[in-house]
Amino acid sequence: MHPAYSVIVFTTFSGTGYGLAALLGLGFIDPSMMSVKAGYFLALALISIGLLSSTLHLANPKNAIRAFSQWRSSWLSREGVLAILTYVPITILAFLSIFMDSSIGWLGIVAAVLAMLTVFSTSMIYGSLRTISLWNTWLTPASYLAFSIASGAVVLNVLVAVFEGNSGNIPQYALLVLVAAWLIKWFWNRRQSEGYGKSSMETATGLGHLGKVRLLERPHMMANYLTREMGFRVARKHASMLWNITIVLALIIPAVSLALAFAMQGSMTAVLLSVIAALCHLIGMLVERWLFFAKAKHAVSLYYGDEALDAA
Amino acid sequence: MTSLPATTNKKLGLVIDLDTCVGCHACVIACKEWNTGGYGNALSDQQPYGANPSGSFLNRIHTFEVVPEDGQVIDQSTEARVVHFPKSCLHCEDAPCVTVCPTGASYKRQEDGIVLVDENKCMGCGLCAWSCAYGAREMDLAAGVMKKCTLCVDRIYNDSLLEIDRIPSCVRTCPAGARHFGDLGDPNSDISKLVEERGGFDLMPEQGNSPTNKYLPPRNRESLAATLPQDEAETTKDITKTADGFFGWVDKTLTKLGSENNQGES
Repeated sequence: MHPAYSVIVFTTFSGTGYGLAALLGLGFIDPSMMSVKAGYFLALALISIGLLSSTLHLANPKNAIRAFSQWRSSWLSREGVLAILTYVPITILAFLSIFMDSSIGWLGIVAAVLAMLTVFSTSMIYGSLRTISLWNTWLTPASYLAFSIASGAVVLNVLVAVFEGNSGNIPQYALLVLVAAWLIKWFWNRRQSEGYGKSSMETATGLGHLGKVRLLERPHMMANYLTREMGFRVARKHASMLWNITIVLALIIPAVSLALAFAMQGSMTAVLLSVIAALCHLIGMLVERWLFFAKAKHAVSLYYGDEALDAA
Repeated sequence: MTSLPATTNKKLGLVIDLDTCVGCHACVIACKEWNTGGYGNALSDQQPYGANPSGSFLNRIHTFEVVPEDGQVIDQSTEARVVHFPKSCLHCEDAPCVTVCPTGASYKRQEDGIVLVDENKCMGCGLCAWSCAYGAREMDLAAGVMKKCTLCVDRIYNDSLLEIDRIPSCVRTCPAGARHFGDLGDPNSDISKLVEERGGFDLMPEQGNSPTNKYLPPRNRESLAATLPQDEAETTKDITKTADGFFGWVDKTLTKLGSENNQGES
């Protein structure tokens, strides 16, 4: 699948923003603290940048307002509706924290639940597509939710470290959810060998009873919308290298930094390590999301001679 | 409304005969010609006379080669066969392109089962094309909306056309008679009988879309051996004929050595 930059930015930024908002809403940290005030501001900024970015890949954005209408059947529509709904409790909580130094417990829980439902809807846009076997699994929503929380925790840790000078044992919890998220992602990644799932060139053409099918001639010489959108192959060529880069940036460096930050809590070095953990993690997550799209094979490629394409 | 109708009164669709199609692409051109001036925005081309031309089409012909696994090989001839494969929207009963649409632009008609895009509502997100296993939907890059086969909805009910022309443009134009149009929901329609008689099948049934359009398989051919002259067929017991003379000796010797080697290893 062609990885659109707008969608990569959208899923990583808003995912992090919703994770951060959910953790703030659950009230682990005193709402009068500077880091919480900054956290709400950052969460709203990340969510808004993400959502605005997502509209950039629309070919006809003037009809975008209609996307709120089909929540009965469409995960994309549900995501739009939930994203707008989630603004309400997060904005109220941000106002309470920034101007009144207070919070409302139940509203925080509402914000956290809505934020996670929004991330779930985003992930189900991809997870519900039968055409893309790699995505069509419950592990897709599971990994989106887990990474949302993990990214949120890594960012929350850096905020507390920078604004309060000491993030205490937050690195310990951030490390825990980060490793858990990668465990889910590891299971997800193992499925890549499934390729097209149950579909093949034989089922696509219905000619399997006659023998092995291969493409002799494409419908036309040049690329078309389908080959550009569904037949993206650059990343598959470098997939294992990119996967290793992701692991180093989004798991190993943040995990080691967080462990050291926890061990040296209270020191300036711990603050610096928290910053390194967050920056590397977020850059790594952008690569991870790029791979999520780029590695996915779409069933329509079978009509365009997938095996010949892979060899090219 | 992007929820699917529970049932449709008719199931209008196409039946495509893979035995008869000669791969001339006339239906591709007829489709483009009719639909660029008909329903919705024109089907645009990008750089049509430039170095890298492309454009939106609602119907495309792929060409496949099928090689039987235990097929006969006589000299340089194999039993591989070429199948021309026209592909357009299959107007699925369980159409995922309809339910994923966030704006309500994509819908399936209750009266005849045709899947359409209301271009005034489409925001060009492309998710319906992602959900379609058959590549039936293409974004028009000039109009920014999704285009797809309308089953020539502006022809089939058009009283200002002669009755003979009230069928989809691709069917009307096919010189080989490889494309058929009708109500696949009516078991007594000509088209349903054709599917029954020829063993019409669904594309990618495992995707769970229940496509309306059906494909008719290529007819069986007689085997290569049966096409040989009678005397040659009798002398050629082993159809996979090997070389004669010196090269025949080389072939036999190497085959023998190879099998001995394999036994030695195992």
